[in-house]
Amino acid sequence: MCLAIPLKVIDIPSEGMAQVETDGVTIEVSSILTPDIKKGEYVLVHAGFIIEKLATKEANSRLELFKEIYERKN
Amino acid sequence: MNFSKKSMKEKIKVIKNLISTEIQKQNISNINLMEVCGTHTMAIAKYAIKSMLPTNINIISGPGCPVCVTAATDIEMGIELASRSETIIATFGDMIKVPGRKKTLSEFGNVKIIYSPLDALALAQNTPNKEIVLLGIGFETTTPLIAATMLQAQKSALNNFSVLSMNKTVPAALEVILSSSDCKINGLLLPGHVSAVTGRNYFDFLSKFNAAGVISGFGPLEIMESIYLLVKMFSERKKEVINNHPQFVTEEGNQTAMKILFSVFEDADVDWRGIGIIPHSGLAIRKEFAQYDAKKKFKLHTTRIENPPHCLCGNILMGKARPNDCKLFGKACTPANPIGPCMVSSEGTCAAYYKYYL
Amino acid sequence: MNNSINLTHGSGGTQMHQFIKERIMAKLGNNILEKMDDAAVMENQKSSQIAMTTDSFVVNPLFFPGGDIGRLAICGTVNDLATSGAVAHALSLAFILEDGILFSDLDKIIDSIATTAKEARIKIVTGDTKVVERGKCDKIFINTTGLGFINEGISISSHKAQPQDCVYITGTMGNHEVALMKARELFDFSITTQSDVAPLNVAVNKLLSLTKNIHTIKDPTRGGVASALREICEHSQCTIKIFEEHLPVDKDVHAVCDLLGLDPLYLANEGKFIIIAPESSHSQIMQAFPQSSIIGEVIKTLTNNKDELLLETISGGMRKIRMLDTMQLPRIC
Repeated sequence: MCLAIPLKVIDIPSEGMAQVETDGVTIEVSSILTPDIKKGEYVLVHAGFIIEKLATKEANSRLELFKEIYERKN
Repeated sequence: MNFSKKSMKEKIKVIKNLISTEIQKQNISNINLMEVCGTHTMAIAKYAIKSMLPTNINIISGPGCPVCVTAATDIEMGIELASRSETIIATFGDMIKVPGRKKTLSEFGNVKIIYSPLDALALAQNTPNKEIVLLGIGFETTTPLIAATMLQAQKSALNNFSVLSMNKTVPAALEVILSSSDCKINGLLLPGHVSAVTGRNYFDFLSKFNAAGVISGFGPLEIMESIYLLVKMFSERKKEVINNHPQFVTEEGNQTAMKILFSVFEDADVDWRGIGIIPHSGLAIRKEFAQYDAKKKFKLHTTRIENPPHCLCGNILMGKARPNDCKLFGKACTPANPIGPCMVSSEGTCAAYYKYYL
Repeated sequence: MNNSINLTHGSGGTQMHQFIKERIMAKLGNNILEKMDDAAVMENQKSSQIAMTTDSFVVNPLFFPGGDIGRLAICGTVNDLATSGAVAHALSLAFILEDGILFSDLDKIIDSIATTAKEARIKIVTGDTKVVERGKCDKIFINTTGLGFINEGISISSHKAQPQDCVYITGTMGNHEVALMKARELFDFSITTQSDVAPLNVAVNKLLSLTKNIHTIKDPTRGGVASALREICEHSQCTIKIFEEHLPVDKDVHAVCDLLGLDPLYLANEGKFIIIAPESSHSQIMQAFPQSSIIGEVIKTLTNNKDELLLETISGGMRKIRMLDTMQLPRIC
C-alpha cells in the first residue's frame, strides 16, 4: 500500500541522510531506518525514507527461478 | 502499422499460457484471489492484468488502501483541527478529498500537501508560531517513517508538532476477512513494500486459514508470476507464504524500522471505515510520546459517524462485493462526487474500477 | 524612484501613457499598434474562413523553468489558432495588473512576450491595461485573443478523425506540468525538467504547405494527452487505440511520476500537438515536427457505436482511458 521506487545511493552527506538518484532525479532522503547503507547500493525509497536495500543475490535467484520457465517455453 | 514486441510482453504471454494450462489441467472451475494492497489495486488496473487472465480467476480487492479505510470520525478530528487558525494540517495528497461528516480537508486553506513526514517537521521548524499536525495514515510501510519523524521531533525539542494517528496494521483485517463464514478467498497477493519492512514471516499466520499467499512486487510481470504461483499452490493444495519479491523482502524484514515503529507506537483497537472497530488492527502513540499525540494535545473527541446509506464500501473492502454491486457506483458516487472512501482515494477499488474498467 | 505599478498607471493620465509608451510600445511596437487607435485596422486577407480564439492566463508562479506567463500567453493562443489550420495573423493583448507588481517583473514578462511573438512571427495589434487594488488580482492576469486565416482546402478539426488515421504526438509528455509542480514547490526533488512551452504555429504552417491532408490537430494542455484524445473520440465518434510502450516520456518526468503516483497521460503540455492524419502524410509530419512519434491509431468503433479510448499496456493488456474527473493528487500508495 505504498508507493516506493528503487533508486541508487550516490552520496552520504551526513549521518542519517543519503542522496539518491534515478534518471536525472536526485532526492535527499533519510537513512534512519537503514543506517548501514553504502554509496552505490540500490535502495527502496518510500515518502522520503529508505526502507530497504536491494539484495542482489536474492534478486538474481528470483530471476533464476523463472528463467527456466521462459527458456523452456522458447 | 507494426509495433515491435518487447521481451517482457513475451514473458507475460508465457505466464498467461501457463496459468490457463494449469486451470484447465486441474479442472479448476473458480479461483478467488484477494489482492490486499492499494498499490496492487492500481497496478492490476493500470496494466490491465485482469484482461490477461482466464475469466474463472476472480481478483478481489482487499482492505489495503489506507486512505479508504480511514474512518469518517478520524477525518472529522482533522477537520476540527483545520478549523483552528493556529494550526496547519500536513497531509499526504490523496487524503484531502476524503469526506468527514460533510466536509473534506480540501475546503480549508491551512492544509498543506506533503511528500514525506519530514516535510511536516521542516514546516514546524520554519513556522514556529503555528501548530503543525501531521495526519498519520498508512500501514507498516509508512508508520516507521512517522515514528522516526516523531523521534526526530523529540530530539529537536520541537513543541509545535504533533501527529493525528490513524495508522493501521494488515494482519488483523485479513484475519477478520478470512475467518468470516462466507469467505471464499483461495489465495492472497501480499504487499511487497509492507513485507520489505515486516519480513516474509509476518504473514505466516495465514497458515491458520485455507489460503496461500505470495508476496509480490508491483511490475506487471511479477504480478502475473505471483498469480501463477497462487494458482499452482491452489491446485497442489499448498498453504505456504512464498516470497516472490526477494530483491527487497527478506525473511525477517527491516528490524531497525520495526523497532523504531514499536518504540513510538503500540498495538491498539481501531476503527476501519465501512468495517468498524477491529481489535489489534491499529497503532496508537505510546504515552511517553503524548506531547506529539494530537488527540491528547488538542483534547479531540470522537463521535461515531454512520456510513452513508446504500454505500457498500464496507463489503467492498472486505472483498464481499464489487463496485458494480453498489447502487451508488458511477451514479451518485463518482470521483468528482465521492460518497464512500473506495471512490475517494485514487487507489480505492471503486475509483480504480471507475477509471480503468467502466 | 518608483519600482512598482500603482493605480495611477491605470487611470488614463500621463503616467499611464508614459508607462505604455516606454515599457510596452518600445518592445512590442509595430505600425498598427503604434497608432494607438481604439480599434486595430488590418488589411483583409481574402480567405474564405477566419479563425478566432481567446485565452486568459493566471499561472502561478509567474516565472518557471523554461518559461513564464508572458511566453505562455502568446503560445497558448497562437497554438490554439494553429489547431484549426489557420495562419496566425494578429493578437490582442490585455493586462490586469495588481497595484504593487514590480516593474522588474513586468519588464521581464513583456520582454518574453516580445521574444515569443517574434518567434511565432505574429504581431500584437491592439491591447489594454487595467490596474486594480492590491488583493484584487494575483499580480498579473493576461488575456490574448488571436485571429487567423484558413487557406483553401484546409479542413482541420477534432471532429474529423477517420478510421485508419495514425495518431502522432510531436514530442515528450508531461514536461510542463512537472516543471510547474517543481516551481510551486510541491516536491523538493532536484530535477532539470523545463516547461516545453513553445509556439507551434510556424511548424504547422510548414506542415500544411507540404500537405493539406491532416484531419485533426489538438493541443494536450490541461488534462494531458488522455483528455485531449478522449475529446477527439467523442467529437469524431470514433475509437482510438494507443500503445503504452510508444508513449514518449522523458526519464526524469517518468521518475517523478513514479515517485508521486502520477500518470503522465494526464499531465499538461504547452508545446506539443496531437496530430491525426492518414499514413500518407507521415513524411510531411516528420519534416515539420521531427521529434514526433506515432502513439496509436484510429480504429472503427467496436461495439454499439460507442466512442472509446483504449490503451494497450506495456504488459500486453488492454484497458480504457477516461477523462479525469478530478485533478491528480500525489499518492502515498
